[in-house]
Amino acid sequence: MNKSQFAIEVKNIVKEFSSVRVLDQVSVGIKPGEIMGLIGENGAGKSTLIKIICGIYQATSGEIFLDEQPFLIKDYISAKNLGIAIVPQEFNLINHLTVYENIFLGNEIHKGMFLNKNLMREKASKQMAALNMAVDVNQLISELSVAEKQMVEVSKALMLDAKILIFDEPTTTLTSKEIVILFDLMKKMKANGVTMVFVSHKLHEIKTICDRVTILRDGKLIAIEEIDEVNEKHIARQMIGREFSQVFPPKLERKAEDLILEVENINIVNLLKNVSFNLRRGEILGFAGLVGAGRTETMEALMGLRKRETGKIWIKGKEVKINNPTDAIKHKLGYISEDRQGKGIVQIFDIPKNMSLISIKKYKKGPFIDKKKEDNTAETYIDKFNIVAASKKMELKYFSGGNQQKVYLSRWMDTDPEILILDEPTRGIDVNAKREIYEFIHSLAESGISCILISSEMEEIIGLCTRVYVMKEGQIRNCITGTAINEEEIMFNATGLKGKI
Amino acid sequence: MGVQNRIISYFKNYKFKDHAIGIAFIILFLLAIVIGWPNFIKIRNLTNILRQVSYTGIIALGMTLVIISGGIDLSVGSMTVFTGGVSLYFLNLFGPNSILGIILTIVFSILFGGFCGFFNGIMISKFRIAPFIVTLGTMSIFRSLIQYFSNAGNILSVNSLYGKIGMASFFGIPLPVWIFGIVAFLLHVLLTNTSIGRYICAVGSNEKVAVYSAIKVDFIKLIPYVVTGLTVGIAAMMWTSRLNCINPSDCTGYEMDAIAAVVIGGTLMSGGKGSIIGTVLGAIMLGMINNMLVLGGISPFLQPAVKGFVIIIAVLLQYNNDKK
Repeated sequence: MNKSQFAIEVKNIVKEFSSVRVLDQVSVGIKPGEIMGLIGENGAGKSTLIKIICGIYQATSGEIFLDEQPFLIKDYISAKNLGIAIVPQEFNLINHLTVYENIFLGNEIHKGMFLNKNLMREKASKQMAALNMAVDVNQLISELSVAEKQMVEVSKALMLDAKILIFDEPTTTLTSKEIVILFDLMKKMKANGVTMVFVSHKLHEIKTICDRVTILRDGKLIAIEEIDEVNEKHIARQMIGREFSQVFPPKLERKAEDLILEVENINIVNLLKNVSFNLRRGEILGFAGLVGAGRTETMEALMGLRKRETGKIWIKGKEVKINNPTDAIKHKLGYISEDRQGKGIVQIFDIPKNMSLISIKKYKKGPFIDKKKEDNTAETYIDKFNIVAASKKMELKYFSGGNQQKVYLSRWMDTDPEILILDEPTRGIDVNAKREIYEFIHSLAESGISCILISSEMEEIIGLCTRVYVMKEGQIRNCITGTAINEEEIMFNATGLKGKI
Repeated sequence: MGVQNRIISYFKNYKFKDHAIGIAFIILFLLAIVIGWPNFIKIRNLTNILRQVSYTGIIALGMTLVIISGGIDLSVGSMTVFTGGVSLYFLNLFGPNSILGIILTIVFSILFGGFCGFFNGIMISKFRIAPFIVTLGTMSIFRSLIQYFSNAGNILSVNSLYGKIGMASFFGIPLPVWIFGIVAFLLHVLLTNTSIGRYICAVGSNEKVAVYSAIKVDFIKLIPYVVTGLTVGIAAMMWTSRLNCINPSDCTGYEMDAIAAVVIGGTLMSGGKGSIIGTVLGAIMLGMINNMLVLGGISPFLQPAVKGFVIIIAVLLQYNNDKK
């Protein structure tokens, strides 16, 4: 065997989604029997790259080589036939089938015309035993814990006898004990010559299990490093180190004593632990952290969208009860969800209807809606936010992400909020609209409205916020202020290299 | 905006799919004249069509709200006969010529229908059982109860005046048609000009968005079923007063006619969007088709088949338009 031979190699992979380039000339070779780490910030292109390898996406250009032979992987089934399998981040299990039925789904063993259930049960049991899981294979998936489901997902991939196995952030739902079992298993498979790709956010896991690590940033390959030659801080720096491309408005310092909102000890089992923070009048407060750190859950708990087990809220020094969104709106809170399509806009409503969805009482004339007034208000928002629409009567589903977001913003602005929570407000929108939204947030703060900004894009947090809370695993790790607000500091806190609990 | 500009912008924004029903109507009308000539065009025949469609048409108006809210109500046929039967028992508590009895029966009938709808609505909104299941259950319950009460025989009214209401007409147009028009107008205003109508659309389009916009989703989901119950009450009252009796096996297939009218009227089966005017046109169209088949001498056994095809074609058009 040639020394330079790769089990799988991708060359000059480019992927564009409606002319936005998410992967730019990425080339990586993975040696047979090694565990390759794949790391990068949210949106760096990790998931896209592995989806291309698995045939779920097609690369816009570029080639894939298996054992130095070029292959066209046109869908997931052909990837499976080539011996490539994936343990997906989100479960692909069918809840009302049993464990063994799921493990063999699409890959059933037959005896003549019929399913050989006994053999499948036996094999599945063996597999689960190898994973140290005390799970009856006849149990339904819906009865399993999240970690057990994850292990079933692993078994499903293992059952394919894959030569190349991709783990897409498998540890997010596992406890440390289960992670040890998974890592042991990976080592065992490695000894059997299985090639693996391990995608993770967590630096110490990459350091523990991988042989080499590929670092992506903004869709570009930054480095491929031998794991023994780098330390975790070095990897973290390479993940983030980029120039500021945006021009942000100057920051507004606000007085510490002028608090508009105080939150104390919000707890939700398995999600949030003792979350406390405060917000000053007219400041832009950042919430940073990795995906799943509990930032969105914190805000949903604050808005009364999630049930809190404990937790007290003061607004302007007075304790308030917020049990549902109606209460929250009464206290002049507003929340722009990160899930614009799923929880934000009504796709088949036009601009005025979307705009007035919460504030509709303002437009009532007797029992009826004063549509003229509604339309006029919509016009002012269209001007104010520079919403580009052929007609204000067009359904929102035909709008670009940026314009949808502006309509969504105008809905909440129309409730006259004093505290506005913006959860990933620039996700999936183009650069110009982003800049407009930054300027808008800044002008809000200037006018005395307090903003909470949740963002996974470091430069937004750094460019806009005067204070930043960093969350990890449902807890606030640290509150960073002033010049300490930089990528390194945030990333170290978010990944647990720094900070207190 | 002046009237002239409005007309111009109307034609500028003209989309075939928004007016498919109107166009289909014209074609159907022409076809009806050809097939049914000369009987179809007679005023008597046309008012007859309107009278025939108004019973299920009124129910279809309520059903429009239910479907816009993302639900379905299969129980309306059974509910009509149940409400009709019970209100005849109620009427018979009064003397043979009691006008008070008639007035109270009308109120009772509407409220009783509203109560049946409320039961459906509570099961769906509060206990979160799928609308299909709840109303499939009550479909069976309502009819079974009235069959039990009546021993599966005719329920006769002893009030001879009651039957006059059902046969009444004003300015040559039968009373049920008037009521159909009035209810349609009221619900059209409710749907397009009040916040409740707006919320029903929002909930039907995306419940999550509604929750995140502080809309009381449970309450909003309840309303369409209650409204449907009220329309059923009205239909039941008109149906019983027309014949001055009811049979527990009457009104079967009302749910089919009501849903068909809604769907043909362009309301999305997936919820979120629809129109009362569309439903009115849909109901009339179904009536016209039936009438044409009769005038054309086509077997009555084939009529449901034609209706079935029309529904499927209507949904097909909707689906194809949505893809674009």
